[in-house]
Amino acid sequence: MALNAKTITNQELFYGHKACPGCGAALAIRLALKVLGERAIVVIPPNCMSTVGYIYPHMPVFVNSVIPPFAGTAAVMSGILAGAEAQGLKNYHVVGFAGDGGTADIGLQALSGMIDRNDRAIFICYDNEAYMNTGVQKSSLTPYGMKTTNTPAGKRIHGSQTSKKRMFEIVAAHGIPYAATASVGYPEDFLAKVEKAMNTDGTSYIHVMAPCPTGWGTESDVTVDIGKEAVDCGLWYLAEYEGGEFRLNRDPKEFSSAEAYLKAQSRFSALDENDFARVLQERDEAWARMRRDWKK
Amino acid sequence: MERPKADLSYVVEALPLGPAFETGQLHDVSSGMRTFRPVIDTEKCVKCLRCFLVCPDGAIDKSGETLEIDYDYCKGCGVCRRACKPGAISMVKEAEV
Ligand SMILES: Cc1ncc(C[n+]2csc(CCOP(=O)(O)OP(=O)(O)O)c2C)c(N)n1
Ligand code: SF4
Ligand SMILES: [Mg+2]
Repeated sequence: MALNAKTITNQELFYGHKACPGCGAALAIRLALKVLGERAIVVIPPNCMSTVGYIYPHMPVFVNSVIPPFAGTAAVMSGILAGAEAQGLKNYHVVGFAGDGGTADIGLQALSGMIDRNDRAIFICYDNEAYMNTGVQKSSLTPYGMKTTNTPAGKRIHGSQTSKKRMFEIVAAHGIPYAATASVGYPEDFLAKVEKAMNTDGTSYIHVMAPCPTGWGTESDVTVDIGKEAVDCGLWYLAEYEGGEFRLNRDPKEFSSAEAYLKAQSRFSALDENDFARVLQERDEAWARMRRDWKK
Repeated sequence: MERPKADLSYVVEALPLGPAFETGQLHDVSSGMRTFRPVIDTEKCVKCLRCFLVCPDGAIDKSGETLEIDYDYCKGCGVCRRACKPGAISMVKEAEV
């Protein structure tokens, strides 16, 4: 049965959290837990979601969960699996929710190890494109031109000088059984991918774009729209890696305006014509490569 | 409405000390974050449930005849209003409710 608003449960397992109004990351966790259910065992390293999700004695994560050391999300997930097996537990899903920093920077080594062991767990990277919980610093998933507190915009340099690390492909290069990209702007697609990950016998990885009104400089109500826009303008993409093959889930004939997408967010407010041209060129090169090498 | 309720009666001194605590218990509400309150016009609502799907706080309950908003945990972000195609949700300033 297709997962959608009608079929997903009314029960909330991430409820009462203190995320900013309109937080895309909170939406991603809430939706993922609806699919995984009460038998999920959740691992959330230091990031916005653990900060807003465990405020002793206020405990908005309604399933068993733990905050591991920042670098150790996947290592702790593997440890939980070993403990669960020793106890003879059945029907549970170990899931990690790490930010872009906790995935592509500090959590990368532990994640790589877990995929190498092919432990049966789901690693979800919610990508808000910076270290938000500490007040917006650049990660290796921060896009070119984003203003952060350690890549501030000045007269000559207009924000981050590096582009997003190709994290999805790095994960795939391990030969992982299942990996996917998603966006909260396409919630049904995300739900379906979480379900697929849940049924994967081995490690799975989902990289979900999760707009952050606070760090991106957008109104709290546009989160879902901007998450969709990121995909529609080609600066993000929906894809899967399965059985050793990449597949583009969405291959738009025409992109919507990437410039309009960037201009709608104050984090890109210092960009000039040259910057827009660079972003567009990188986008077009990435798509030419994906269209050439990946299935559609 | 099928949504967890906050227990505001706990005493700090009575809380256990330690690194672990029982999960899924609420001792605070989020309504203080809200400036504008979404109000659903149930006449216009076609129950497509789009608002329920995309609410970052899960504050919209679909269990009843009509959709209900848990104003204890709605932060008034307005994501639901933008998601509502028939325009059944309006944002009303709290002071004017
Ligand atoms: C070893 C270690 N270094 C630094 C920190 C401080 N810290 C806590 S949350 C955070 C940012 C996490 O960024 P990300 O993973 O992208 O998640 P987000 O906050 O954006 O949700 C940092 C740097 C820490 N808790 N532990
Ligand atoms: S700073 Fe961004 S990611 Fe963090 S809670 Fe706020 S909206 Fe969510
Ligand atoms: Mg982040």
